[in-house]
Amino acid sequence: MGCNASTLAKIHNVDELILETGFSSSHICHLYNRFHSLDKDDKGLLNRGDFQNISELAVNPLGDRIINNFFPDGVDLIDFNSFARTLARFRPVEESLKKEPDSPEPINSRANKLKFAFQLYDQDKDGKISNNELLQVLRLMLGVQVTEEQLDNITDRTIQEADLDGDNAISFEEFKKVRAKLSGHFLASSCLTSDWDLGWGYGVASL
Amino acid sequence: MQCKKLKERVSLLVVVLLLCSSTKAENKINATTDTGGGGGAPPSGYKIVTFNWQHVMNPYIISVWIMVASIAKMVFHMSSKLTTIIPESALLIFLGLLLGGVVWAADHVASYTMKPTLFFFYLLPQIVLDAGYFMPNRLFFGNLGAILTYAVIGTVWNAAAVGLSLYGVYLTGLMGDLNVDGMLDFLLFGSLLAAVDPVAVIAVFEEVHVNDVLFIIVFGESLLNDGVTVVLYNVFDSFIAIGGVNVTGVDCVKGVVSFFVVALGGTLIGIIFAFLLSYISRFTKRVQIIEPGFVFIISYLAYLTAEMLSLSSILAITFTGVCCQKYVRANLSEGSATTVRYMMKLLASGSETIIFMMLGISAVDVSIWEWNTAFILLTLLFIAVYRVIGVVTLTWILNRYRVVPLGFIDQVVMSYGGLRGAVAYGLVALLDENRVKEKKLFFSTTVIVIYFTVVLQGCTTKSLVTWLKVKRSEHRDPLISEKLHGRAFDHILSAIEDISGQIGHHYIRDKWENFDKKYISKLLMRKSALKSKDQILDVFHNLNIKDAITYIAEGERRGSLAFIKTPSALQLVNVNFNSNKQSEDEAPTSSVLREDASAICLDMQAVELRRKSLRDCEDVYTHHLLQQYLYKPKKQQKYNYSRHEVTSNEDDAQEKEIFEKTMKRRLASFKSTKHGVSQSKKLAKHYKKDPSQKKRSDEMLSNGGQLVFHDPEFSDPEDPCEFDVISNGGSNFISNVARQALADTCNGIDNLVFIPEEETVTRQALPPWATNNDTVALSQRAQVQMPWSPNNFRRLMPLRLSSRSTDSFLLADIPVPEEHPLSFLPEGTAL
Repeated sequence: MGCNASTLAKIHNVDELILETGFSSSHICHLYNRFHSLDKDDKGLLNRGDFQNISELAVNPLGDRIINNFFPDGVDLIDFNSFARTLARFRPVEESLKKEPDSPEPINSRANKLKFAFQLYDQDKDGKISNNELLQVLRLMLGVQVTEEQLDNITDRTIQEADLDGDNAISFEEFKKVRAKLSGHFLASSCLTSDWDLGWGYGVASL
Repeated sequence: MQCKKLKERVSLLVVVLLLCSSTKAENKINATTDTGGGGGAPPSGYKIVTFNWQHVMNPYIISVWIMVASIAKMVFHMSSKLTTIIPESALLIFLGLLLGGVVWAADHVASYTMKPTLFFFYLLPQIVLDAGYFMPNRLFFGNLGAILTYAVIGTVWNAAAVGLSLYGVYLTGLMGDLNVDGMLDFLLFGSLLAAVDPVAVIAVFEEVHVNDVLFIIVFGESLLNDGVTVVLYNVFDSFIAIGGVNVTGVDCVKGVVSFFVVALGGTLIGIIFAFLLSYISRFTKRVQIIEPGFVFIISYLAYLTAEMLSLSSILAITFTGVCCQKYVRANLSEGSATTVRYMMKLLASGSETIIFMMLGISAVDVSIWEWNTAFILLTLLFIAVYRVIGVVTLTWILNRYRVVPLGFIDQVVMSYGGLRGAVAYGLVALLDENRVKEKKLFFSTTVIVIYFTVVLQGCTTKSLVTWLKVKRSEHRDPLISEKLHGRAFDHILSAIEDISGQIGHHYIRDKWENFDKKYISKLLMRKSALKSKDQILDVFHNLNIKDAITYIAEGERRGSLAFIKTPSALQLVNVNFNSNKQSEDEAPTSSVLREDASAICLDMQAVELRRKSLRDCEDVYTHHLLQQYLYKPKKQQKYNYSRHEVTSNEDDAQEKEIFEKTMKRRLASFKSTKHGVSQSKKLAKHYKKDPSQKKRSDEMLSNGGQLVFHDPEFSDPEDPCEFDVISNGGSNFISNVARQALADTCNGIDNLVFIPEEETVTRQALPPWATNNDTVALSQRAQVQMPWSPNNFRRLMPLRLSSRSTDSFLLADIPVPEEHPLSFLPEGTAL
């Protein structure tokens, strides 16, 4: 797969990137190859269209939202480093390396993963998931069989469940709490176990 | 309730037993009367009714056995608990033992045993064909390296290690005096026991849901290593025939060579016959009734041909199935494809049942048993230990090359899943007693090993898996937010996986797919199957029918169709969730739903909660709603191979639905930026050309009229390729779609029968963004209404992909009065 030093050499600031993201160099290599296979016109940058070319994303109800999350405000092209950095959030947490209190928060921390999910909902970036924003996501995630009325109903309930300060919106703190309270196991089960490890280069599976 | 069921079961069982014993008794009586009276006395005049037992005996007995086995299976499945605790295969073996005991008690002769010919010619082929035909190809070839490593090296290692260790222990004298020639006998024995059996493995692993990669590795290994075992077996058998001392170095080399020749030759035969089959299926359009027959008969011929040439027949028929599936599914009509599917499952499931039952029955025969405690126990020990060593070592080597290493749990499951089965039985029964003096001992040991692995390991595998993954099945809190956010996160993970994944194999796969598209598909697929556009309507038609069915089913399940009109939560108080739940359990929905045990459990909790208060009741309803309509993350729905269930196409409908939504959204955002208006105009124009739709298109034109005509760039109605123009005009999303559609065979559609893998996506993919009614409507309604509400969702609009080849569409399109759009959608949209 051509995963060698010469590939690494092509990457800008590769050492820094490895340090920051915590990826191994072979992971970086694979991601780099992936980056280039996505980059259809070899411009060294990815735009939204490149992401939209991934056909699996087209059948992912949140696909477009997730793509948008790769692009910071007002940016239409991303380079490899920011691509890797975004993906690094989803790197499994090594359970053995319990976080030392004074070390900086790692990029793949639980909070960062949640932040990513939160941004998916929070489209206007005001730090709150409003009723409307939640409704939109629900609309994406639920089948067409669900009526508007039902959607509204679900939205209201979801907000009520999470809303602690009564502003009829979910702040990131509240979001975190809901996730923590309800499903301490969730991030543990989905992100950290072997199932999620499997996610890395699923298609690469074998030799 | 439970008690009643039990009674039912017992009585059924009694009936079954009576039936077989009476057949048996009749058999005896008639045999004696026939021989006694038949020859001597001349027939005394014309008999109106004669009793010709001898005449029908063999087919009759076979049919009765099959019926007994099927009824037994039915009985087992009356209680879902029973089969979850003890795998069906083990139950069938027990039943076989019981029946064998009855037969034995009746006349002290084991009249029914499984003959190797019966097994190899009539029972095994369809099981292997089924596995090959429903093989998730992409997963299989993606993991081919690992599968081959385990299948070839692992099997050789097992055979050699078990054989040599037993020989070593024999030399120490621990087993007492055995009548063997030497090392070769033990190696032969080792080789016939080396293979993990596909029948047993599928039977057990199907009930234990492990992840895809693990499943395909164990499953693939068990399929391919049969080839290896048979070769090893033949090599050692012929060495014994030559005589241990006469085996020269040249013979050994020949053995190694024959190993490759047999394996590769079998594969080649399989590929050739797959080609033949695909080619023939191209021309069966006019004989649809016999279409399905070709699939079975040609595959069977592949098996027999390989057998005739003494190549690996198992590999041959496996690869026939694997290679032909894409083309055959494309070529066959929908009905035939369904027939093939069900027929395949019927045959495979049936012969599996018979095999396990026969394994039980065959064991009840005192004359074949020979007990040697040391030998038997040591064999069991060696088999288990060397399996573990083999798996761990090979995994360690493989993990150095794999990007996704196989974890500890995977290795445990793989080692533990080394079930031996009917292939070993068949091979040991084939042994020639004149050459292998200890055949009886080998036979007994093999039977013990099979029982031990299938029953003991089979029963405990599931609990082992759950125990190892205990974290996973934690209790869940039934809160809406959790469910929602959890699902959202699942989607995120699966998306991230898609973005980062698929790194390897791209080059080779792309090359192959190009080659396939350019040459092979053209040769092997019907012209109509190739022209995806002609089938778009078919696909839509199918989806619509499916929607309609779910719609009705949904209504019936909820007691009435009233829910459609009154979707509010409060109205549903009266709906009986219990019956609801039950029907959900019993209905053969997708295995995905069943697999998602935690989700179902969550629903159960919801059911309990129901009685508490109105508010809770609403909660329950919401949960139910979420449970049903939240899109499932892709990962959960991939590759469910099941022997006993024909997987439903639910997932594809979901994928399609999401795809439509996504594409419409992209289209909308694109339009809102630049070219949207002109596009709606284009689409409107197509309507205008279409006579059956004229009225509607006129209306649209007039609605959209004021918006339309201020983009001169696109006003030429004869523009040959509007969409291309648009895509060149600024956004690449349309070309994206096209490329996307061609680029990838979506996951999870492997079981979708009426469509070939690749073309599926093309056909499924293209329509959504071209469902122009909505996109047209959008520009008008967008301000008033949220664009993606279900009300706007319609299917089966006449599609226009480009201005070329429109006629087929126009012809195929069903003229429909405009006030009834062709929508089967379940919600109350139209009401």
